[in-house]
Amino acid sequence: MKFLSINRRMLALLAVVLPLLALLIYVALRSGPFASIPVTVTTAESRSIAPSLFGIGTVEARYTYRIGPTVAGRIKRVEVQVGDRVEAGQLLGEMDPVDLDDRIASQDAAVKRAESVVLAAGAQVREASARKSYAENQASRYEQLLHARSVSEEAVEGKRQERQVTEAGFAAARANLDAARQELARVRSDREGLIQQRANLRLIAPVRGLVAARNADPGTTVVAGQSVVEVIDPASLWINVRFDQLRVSGLRAGLPVQIVLRSQEGIRFAGRVLRLEPIADAVTEETMAKVTFDALPERLPPVGELAEVTVAMSALPATPVVPNASVQRVDGRLGVWLIVEDKLRFAPINLGATDLDGRVQILDGLKADERVVVYSQRALGPRSRVKVVERLEGVSP
Amino acid sequence: MISLAGRDILHSWGKFVFTGVGLGLLIGVTLTMAGVYRGMVDDAKVLLDNSGADLWVVQQDTLGPYAEPSSLYDDVYRTILGMPGVDRAANVTYLTMQVRQGERDVRAMVVGVVPGGPGEPGQPGYLIAGRQITRGHYEAVADIATGFKLGERIQIRRNHYAVVGLTRRMVSSGGDPMVFIPLKDAQEAQFLKDNDAIAQQRRRTASNPAFNRPGTPGLLDAVLASQSVNPYINAVLVQVKPGFIPEEVAEPIRRWKRLQVYTRAQMEEILIGKLISTAAKQIGMFLVILAIVSAAIVAFIIYTLTLGKIREIAVLKLIGTRNRTIAWMIMQQALGLGLIGFVVGKISATFWAPIFPKYVLLEPGDALLGFAGVQVICALASVLAIRAALKVDPAEAIGG
Repeated sequence: MKFLSINRRMLALLAVVLPLLALLIYVALRSGPFASIPVTVTTAESRSIAPSLFGIGTVEARYTYRIGPTVAGRIKRVEVQVGDRVEAGQLLGEMDPVDLDDRIASQDAAVKRAESVVLAAGAQVREASARKSYAENQASRYEQLLHARSVSEEAVEGKRQERQVTEAGFAAARANLDAARQELARVRSDREGLIQQRANLRLIAPVRGLVAARNADPGTTVVAGQSVVEVIDPASLWINVRFDQLRVSGLRAGLPVQIVLRSQEGIRFAGRVLRLEPIADAVTEETMAKVTFDALPERLPPVGELAEVTVAMSALPATPVVPNASVQRVDGRLGVWLIVEDKLRFAPINLGATDLDGRVQILDGLKADERVVVYSQRALGPRSRVKVVERLEGVSP
Repeated sequence: MISLAGRDILHSWGKFVFTGVGLGLLIGVTLTMAGVYRGMVDDAKVLLDNSGADLWVVQQDTLGPYAEPSSLYDDVYRTILGMPGVDRAANVTYLTMQVRQGERDVRAMVVGVVPGGPGEPGQPGYLIAGRQITRGHYEAVADIATGFKLGERIQIRRNHYAVVGLTRRMVSSGGDPMVFIPLKDAQEAQFLKDNDAIAQQRRRTASNPAFNRPGTPGLLDAVLASQSVNPYINAVLVQVKPGFIPEEVAEPIRRWKRLQVYTRAQMEEILIGKLISTAAKQIGMFLVILAIVSAAIVAFIIYTLTLGKIREIAVLKLIGTRNRTIAWMIMQQALGLGLIGFVVGKISATFWAPIFPKYVLLEPGDALLGFAGVQVICALASVLAIRAALKVDPAEAIGG
């Protein structure tokens, strides 16, 4: 009986101690260096990938017309507001002419006066002409009378002299008339010049477009060349895109792109690479390109808006392809962890192109259909024990 | 030959086991505290491992990039690439900040890396889901401790990023989970001011007559543009070519490029010896006190357990049991108690360690050390108890 009782107590003790020991062994195997590392694997498949390129750009207008005066002055009026659509030749604003109008009026009077002077000179010419023809007649009559010896030589000399005087008077009057005409032409030209200057103070839209900026308001003094109004052509909107130089090989004009505007996330606009800029940004290490919309968005994006551009490159020939998450650097060599007969083996590889979905080409070092570790719960080493699982702990499907 | 200790334990096994379990929980707390300390140190080490670098090039006379702020021009890496023995060099920025996702925000260390491909310095070494960053902008790889999920959009400063990959154990020295984003975005996040600040700065500049002269159109724009450049990074991570000793590569960079360069060993010294030293010492002090208190409690428990059996021991002595046998019985019980305590402690520590918000690293070496410590303490405590037991007068068995 006593033996039995001891035995029962022994069993009870064992019932407590044995599970504890089992738990300890379980815990020791689950964590610590003896634990196996859960990993997920994939099979390297041979397929072709189409690398694409991702860039960031801003919406810009291809042509911006900055309209301002050619001489310094004060703005008299600005007729348009930002957002107005304008036609070619439309008056946008005007500079203050100061005394230009008065000077034109003065020139008008000067023209009238010059015209009068021309008329007066004409009259003088006619008068001189009349005097001249009378003197000529008188002179020729006295010549004949002298021939008939009815007048003295002296009287004839007097008439001849009169004729010469009137001839000189006539020439002088003709010269006066010429001078008056020249003066009139000069004054008229002066007036034309002033009118041209006056017209130059009017700010005219050179093209049909949209007023993008109104940089100064009436009363402001601006210098020559400073823009008062900026007009853009909304049909000429394009995107100035920056691509990281690391990946631009293969980028060329004509490739199709997808554009996402920051304000219209979720909508993809189709477009095309228009050109690659020959000058890259040396500071930011980026290559610039211009991208145009195939069809402009209904709601025009504002100039300066941020846009994401994805360029689809042409597909490459099929090679073994793995996810980029499986590529790791171990001891300075790039490679992947292979699972060969449930053992880990590190295979150094050479990488080819990658696409934006994270697939990367393996040029050599790996054959298709080999099993490759993609994700692991901890960093792997050659002696790590691994356990292949469907999905790692804590990662939702 | 029957085991005296075994018989005694069986006699009151419940008391024995429950005392052991209580002791075990105490040991579990001590082991956890050691784990917390190890976790802190490991956080610092894992930060260095994750950067994948052999050398850290930082601003002259700083202990950057982790312990002190450091800023370098972002084209420094080009000249470093030309130095002998340098295999790869990559810019990197670090900034600890709140990362927003929907309604909540998470404290995280935002790491700006060059999206050059897998295996480049600074890139997360291994993932547990998703993929590495492939786009040059607006993608993020987050540590799973942030709670972000694949495909979620997170906000860092004014930009939104899509989470494309998840990592594990990518933490800063302070234990904050890391979020990797492309370098250019990170530079923006770190050095670009917020929109209000920019607007105010523009207004201030515009109202300064020196920068906004009527006679010089375009000057103001030029000044404003020059105010918003941010060509800075925090450090350049360098991997050396095989066959080169890091210190050999570091010396010419220090000498000719006039930059500070740290090797892995120096960086570890900075992180553990300087950055986390106070916190680690704090935890270490607590660990020492906890260990001493635990040892004292273990000793007292064994001592009182023995004193509780004083009458039985007196009987044993009365019937002529040898002192050696009695001492061995007490010693065996103490060691057994220690064993149960250690097992319970180890199990409980392992189970509650993952619940801690920061990493708790339970090292097998610590566990072995703990086991040895527990057994030694138990043995020493039993010596006290044995002394008391041997002094018992056999007459007490009859009297009292």
